[in-house]
Amino acid sequence: MRITCPLCGERDRREFYYQGAAVLLERPAFDASDEAWDGYLHLRDNPAGKTRDLWYHEAGCGAWVVVTRDTVTHAVLDCVLASDVASGARP
Amino acid sequence: MRFSGLRVLKEGLTGNKGWRPHWRDPDPKPDYDIILIGGGGHGLSTAYYLARTYGLSRIAVLEKGYIGGGNVGRNTTIVRANYFLPGNAEFYSHSLKLWEGLEQELNYNVMLSQRGLINLFHSDGQRDAFARRGNAMINQGDDAILLDREGVRDHLPYLDFDNTRFPIYGGLYHPRGGTARHDAVAWGYARGADQRGVDIIQNCEVTGIDIAGGQVRGVQTTRGAIRADKVGIVVAGRSGQVAAMAGLRLPIESHVLQAFVTEGLKPIIDHVVSFGMGHFYISQSDKGGLVFGGDLDFYASYAARGNLPMVEHVMEAGMTLMPMIGKARVLRSWGGIMDMTPDGSPIIDRTGIDGLYIDCGWCYGGFKAVPASGDCFAHLIATDRPHPAAAGFRLDRFRTGRGLMDEEGTGAQHNLH
Ligand SMILES: Cc1cc2nc3c(=O)[nH]c(=O)nc-3n(C[C@H](O)[C@H](O)[C@H](O)COP(=O)(O)OP(=O)(O)OC[C@H]3O[C@@H](n4cnc5c(N)ncnc54)[C@H](O)[C@@H]3O)c2cc1C
Ligand SMILES: [Zn+2]
Repeated sequence: MRITCPLCGERDRREFYYQGAAVLLERPAFDASDEAWDGYLHLRDNPAGKTRDLWYHEAGCGAWVVVTRDTVTHAVLDCVLASDVASGARP
Repeated sequence: MRFSGLRVLKEGLTGNKGWRPHWRDPDPKPDYDIILIGGGGHGLSTAYYLARTYGLSRIAVLEKGYIGGGNVGRNTTIVRANYFLPGNAEFYSHSLKLWEGLEQELNYNVMLSQRGLINLFHSDGQRDAFARRGNAMINQGDDAILLDREGVRDHLPYLDFDNTRFPIYGGLYHPRGGTARHDAVAWGYARGADQRGVDIIQNCEVTGIDIAGGQVRGVQTTRGAIRADKVGIVVAGRSGQVAAMAGLRLPIESHVLQAFVTEGLKPIIDHVVSFGMGHFYISQSDKGGLVFGGDLDFYASYAARGNLPMVEHVMEAGMTLMPMIGKARVLRSWGGIMDMTPDGSPIIDRTGIDGLYIDCGWCYGGFKAVPASGDCFAHLIATDRPHPAAAGFRLDRFRTGRGLMDEEGTGAQHNLH
């Protein structure tokens, strides 16, 4: 599995640390309900097929990236900077 | 048809012509009292105990593939009761006791081999943690012996004791731990359930769950609609998708775990051994193959096959610990889909929809749980109350934060358990 970092280019999967589903970018407000925090920390759509998850380019540039992948074929479809997703610059 | 030594002898002398299929192959009926979705180890054991303990028989197990094709036929077969936290400890203790009587119970040879399990440690800190775990196991009524380095050498003389990077300080020895024949466990429970009237229906995928007025009414399948007022979801790695058919979102992320087996060798590894530095564990099957594995590949996956980085890591760890296995040829590797929870512990609970129950979240330790999970899930479905040994496996512990059982203390990240 190879991932194309927007800053470094195509790299071996071993350079990246997997954190979890990209829902982790949608952190609830401090005083949000138990349900909101449960949804953020624990509950997952867990799709068989296309998914978006958060990775860290640990052995590269140190950027957090959102990777669009297929969980059934292991194909990597897209990779963008997490900061662009969080700011709304990228969907 | 009962198995016995005499029977084996008779069949052997008469060309083995008398054996019959171990279970029927029925078509689905239009309705049942209870439907279990998933014919893995847990679905089959649940069906067995529903029939055997509660005398129920209008039960169907719906399996989308074939019995034993999921994780129950893909695991590395380790059975143990060395959990630390209350909630888990009593459950796995209960399960090991059921294992110890399982062959007589099922009249089926599941090849339970209590060859002993040794978890190695490599630092003072790890020794302290294992000493504490051993005390917890003894307090639970199970067995644990803390071995020093020489104690380990008596059991496992072939390890690399000269390794300076990862010196062996000792090991926690659990004599009642061991292995069992995974397929036989699925087959034995399937046969036992079938003999008590349970319909085991293979090639029958559930595609929808019917709910009316907050009460489950049945399921849609590739072989038509089937009615039942009680439905249990027991689908391991597929839990998220099947629960979504009922509008539920689960605290589960599915990950791939790989395992490996070598060509058959003469007996060399008598125990189950795990390395405490780098994830690697190994045992030798009765056929002689070295069966070993390591950690998850770490990214969400439904592929049931892994990638090369974890293969490399597992081989490296194995070679570090026991260089003698280096010349053995690996025959096969494969993967299974693991239902990982945010605290690494399972769920056996109601769902908030009347009549709909769920048993999931076994991460990569659910083979040893097959007997107790079936016993406890059957209890929940039959009586609507949790079994005392599984009372901690609540679905709402993640929302409330009460009763989390994070054995490894790694926090709410699904792949770290
Ligand atoms: C490589 C590997 C090593 C492991 N090693 C160990 C070990 O040493 N010790 C240990 O305790 N545990 C181990 N495990 C974990 C253990 O195998 C699992 O936790 C356990 O088998 C899961 O429960 P099960 O047997 O019911 O799952 P499965 O056998 O996966 O059963 C689930 C069934 O549900 C069916 N299903 C899914 N969706 C549908 C649907 N829509 N309709 C109908 N049926 C459906 C599937 O086809 C499948 O047969 C290991 C797992 C793997 C992959
Ligand atoms: Zn980068």
